[in-house]
Amino acid sequence: MAGVWARRLQAAMWHQALLLRLWLALASVEGLYFHIGETEKRCFIEEIPEETMVIGNDRTQAWNKQTETFLPSTSGPEMHVEVKDPVGKVMLSRRCDSEGQFTFTSHAPGDHQICLYSNSTRMIIFAEGKGRVHLDVQAGEHTNNYPEIAAKDKLTELQLRTRQLLHQVEQIGKEQNYQVYCEECLHMTSESANQRVLW
Amino acid sequence: MRSPAPAGTLGLWRRRLLPPLLLLLVRAEVLRCTQLTFELPDSAKQCFHEEVDQGVKFTLGYQVISGGHYDVDCFIEDPHGKTIYKETKKQYDSFFHQTDIKGIYKFCFSNEFSTFSHKIVFFDLLIGDEPPILPEMGNRVTALTQMESACVTIHEALKTVIDSQTHYRLREAQDRNRADDLNERVSYWSVGETVILFVVSISQVVLLKSFFTEKRPTSRGVSS
Repeated sequence: MAGVWARRLQAAMWHQALLLRLWLALASVEGLYFHIGETEKRCFIEEIPEETMVIGNDRTQAWNKQTETFLPSTSGPEMHVEVKDPVGKVMLSRRCDSEGQFTFTSHAPGDHQICLYSNSTRMIIFAEGKGRVHLDVQAGEHTNNYPEIAAKDKLTELQLRTRQLLHQVEQIGKEQNYQVYCEECLHMTSESANQRVLW
Repeated sequence: MRSPAPAGTLGLWRRRLLPPLLLLLVRAEVLRCTQLTFELPDSAKQCFHEEVDQGVKFTLGYQVISGGHYDVDCFIEDPHGKTIYKETKKQYDSFFHQTDIKGIYKFCFSNEFSTFSHKIVFFDLLIGDEPPILPEMGNRVTALTQMESACVTIHEALKTVIDSQTHYRLREAQDRNRADDLNERVSYWSVGETVILFVVSISQVVLLKSFFTEKRPTSRGVSS
């Protein structure tokens, strides 16, 4: 008897996690946006340590010439995303999926370049340069979806809090290792300049 | 026939399922944290827009990581077009504001004063307050236990540590770019100096040779 209700409660938590995820997805669509031209390529840099997951959300809004308003995000053309690692090698180059999401995990520490462009042949979309792109990029600890983790692993609130603290501490450790690597690069550059000045 | 549910479990079920449905309908305020680093070409301006509700607090922090004199112009406009923040040639700054009107706010960065240097700008936009880790924790009426409040304290302290790390990572990136620029300038200078040295020494040798070559007929009489 108690088992039946416990299972129903678990199902309710799953539904809650799904609803929250849907709501968050909708909320993120209303987030930060910028204008982009038809053939324009916009690039953003993410300086991240190695083995860090990055999740990006991007949606486009088409311009409706008749009503002179922007249409809802689901009708916009799909964006192509291209991700390059610190040495310039292309890690990811594809169209975003139906939810406008792209994910990658860094293998080397450093500046990763995320470029967005549209290959759309629907000329009217970006006519008069009015293409709106909503973008949200989260890296490291911010990619964790805590209600989903709580539902999947059946955690209490305190256990979830502890899990969050563990993730935060892990991210701090990774960032510190990255700082050690960066400082080494800076040290070598300074030494090289010093040698050149000396000679 | 189904046995009646334990009253506590049913109440718990209602408490867990209802809040997210309400949130879907009401669209409560949520923390939006955006951190982006982008390249700003010379004589260019780039703007980002965000819809913000009334009475919401937001903080914009920005820092120039590389390029020229490491400075950029920044201005923020409210939905009516009024400028609520404007600074020119700043290397880094932070601006806090509580909105009076709901609408689309514009955050712009301009490099129009520069003719040849590209700038790389990092900005961090924080809108709203942090929500509880699980939605139903927002409806809590009992006080937190010592363990829970210790966890909250540690979480806040770790957030400060992460912010501080981000700040130092950006400063380090800035210093690394300056060191790279310095190294490049020193290597160009030393190559240039070497070239000038060779050119000057060869031209001196040629010049001296030309003196002796011209005076050969007259100098034979003088030197012997």
